[in-house]
Amino acid sequence: MLKLLAKTLSIGSITESPPRLTEEERLGLEVNRVVSERFGGSIAIRQVDAGSCNACELEIHALNNPYYAVERYGIHFVASPRHADVLLVTGPVSRHMEAALRRAWEATPDPKWVVAAGNCACDGGEFGVSYASCGAVANVIPVDAFIPGCPPTPAALLAGLLQLMGKLARNPSAVSSR
Amino acid sequence: MSDAATLDRFLDACAQAGAAMRVSGEQYLSPAVLLEVAAEHWGLAASAARSMNLRWSALWADPRADHNEVFCLLEGAGEYLLLRTEIGFDEALSSHAGIFAAADRPERHARDMLGLAFADAPDERRWTRHQAWPENHFPLREEADGADTEWSPTPADSAYPFVSAQGAGVVEIPVGPIHAGIIEPGHFRFQAIGEVVLNLEIHLGYVHKGIEKIARGRDAEGLVRLAARVSGDSCVAHAWAACQAIERATVTEVPARALWLRAIMAERERIANHLGDIGAICNDVGFAFAQYQMTRLKEDFVRESNDAFGHRFMMDCVVCGGVTRDLDADAANSMVEQANAMASEVEQIIDIIEDAESLEDRLMTTGRLTPEQAQMLGVVGYVGKASGLNFDVRAAAAYPPYNKFEVPVSSYRAGDVAARAKVRADEVGISLALLNALLASLPGGSIRVPVRRPAHSCSGLGIVEGWRGEIVSYVRLEADGRVARFYPRDPSWLLWPALELLQQDNIVPDFPVCNKSINGSYSGQDL
Repeated sequence: MLKLLAKTLSIGSITESPPRLTEEERLGLEVNRVVSERFGGSIAIRQVDAGSCNACELEIHALNNPYYAVERYGIHFVASPRHADVLLVTGPVSRHMEAALRRAWEATPDPKWVVAAGNCACDGGEFGVSYASCGAVANVIPVDAFIPGCPPTPAALLAGLLQLMGKLARNPSAVSSR
Repeated sequence: MSDAATLDRFLDACAQAGAAMRVSGEQYLSPAVLLEVAAEHWGLAASAARSMNLRWSALWADPRADHNEVFCLLEGAGEYLLLRTEIGFDEALSSHAGIFAAADRPERHARDMLGLAFADAPDERRWTRHQAWPENHFPLREEADGADTEWSPTPADSAYPFVSAQGAGVVEIPVGPIHAGIIEPGHFRFQAIGEVVLNLEIHLGYVHKGIEKIARGRDAEGLVRLAARVSGDSCVAHAWAACQAIERATVTEVPARALWLRAIMAERERIANHLGDIGAICNDVGFAFAQYQMTRLKEDFVRESNDAFGHRFMMDCVVCGGVTRDLDADAANSMVEQANAMASEVEQIIDIIEDAESLEDRLMTTGRLTPEQAQMLGVVGYVGKASGLNFDVRAAAAYPPYNKFEVPVSSYRAGDVAARAKVRADEVGISLALLNALLASLPGGSIRVPVRRPAHSCSGLGIVEGWRGEIVSYVRLEADGRVARFYPRDPSWLLWPALELLQQDNIVPDFPVCNKSINGSYSGQDL
């Protein structure tokens, strides 16, 4: 136990400043305001792998490591779409996941936002549309924000999520057409 | 490896079993020895292999104009034997699944994708096919081309005939395809009494993206890009296996420096994944300290990969004929420094992990795969090594540059979650040392050569040790250099059945940690 405490204390806090964004300072304040006013202090994300190769998942995991510490923005990942404000969807949507993705989207209470994370989710990526793949997430459910990358780095994911929140800060009722 | 003892014994065993078998006159799929088998002796050949405890590694079919060419890869003492037969589209082969459990799902996959029929298969249920295409449609057959993108929206696959259990107090727990965490989708069906699991059945195929089909017609570069996305956590290893296959098929000599750089990347991939999973295993039983420390080290490590190679996971850095990024002296020095610092940090944290009684209580004896079960299933990688097996392609069938290095193999017999975590901790240390040895001996010269254009249609086999275990990659190229057939066999095909077996008699709440200790790839097996 002493060794554990010593290790924890010797590493200290390594959490880094958020990634540079355009109008970053203002956005940061707005994000905090939106999160506290409109979302009761936090944004709940349900991640859905709809056909990804798992590289995007590794980087989404990294958001929770002590460098990115995404919960400091009030962003946290939840186990059920029923608890979620945002669906963070990866992968080209495989046909075998199409129904599950639609159901997860339907189970998410309004207001809700969908973020397509990674090239495959944005435009079908390396897999495109085939007998087995529906391609981009937007081919299956409405998408509000896109985070390209193969996979997007944790910094890109963070910037993408903050931008979505910034967009909501400017126009809280902004939702994709359903 | 080259004394061919396994081959001789296998030929004897086949002769005794009455299986007509001959060593092919054209050995175009090295490192495996290609053996021609009559279709009617396909099952006898498997019995002969079982009688001498060969490991059943992979099965795939390559559809030709008027027949299927079927391959089955076996391994014993580091020697690879590749059975090949030809069979008409309407004929059936003897199933291997009653002889080798590992053959069950690969055979069902081949049937779903190609219509390849197996007589006497112990399990005739579909595997990869859900509801996206009809039963009499086979996506990899030529007649399927262009006729199969009109079936949207796809209904949910709600009628898969799972094994069921009845009796007082038996409950059934369906989980997935979407799971509670940030992980890939698949369905787990538990039958339990109270908290104790009677049976677990896994149904996968949810992230089937048609990789084998969309590989067709690609050029070699495009194929390797696709191979890197078979399982994104193993992008280096899968790309390397595909490159090996293409380079062997086209007789392209890869420069030594490129081979060393590939190995450096592959070891970095192994270390990063092991670090993450050791933390996650501890986290699944509530020991958050290890999770935060390990994710910290993993982040440090992938950042260094990014600095050196321009991508955190080194995706698309391994290409046909070599690699895309060279390593300058500064980057190499910085890598050595980091590896040394990392080795002592990991040792410190593992020491703390091993001291924690709560972890000992939760991880030891949990999810035990006995050495007998491991042997029966033919598991590979850390799952095999934790259960008495010691197979590692880098050591047993070393491919360049590993033939220039001693690769120690960590092996235990306990077969529990703790042993699998321990193998991975050992492998972090082994790989860090290997990384230093590779960096210290990095040869000069170019990092890439153009791939030779094939004079005629040709095929090749790649076999590498990914972080999960043995990856097999088969590629056939047309005379114009376009891909005619690609089959990547992720080790996860061999690992998932182990999870079903080791979960029995364990409690439902221990499933996450059991699952994490195996960490099969969904994408890599669904294709």
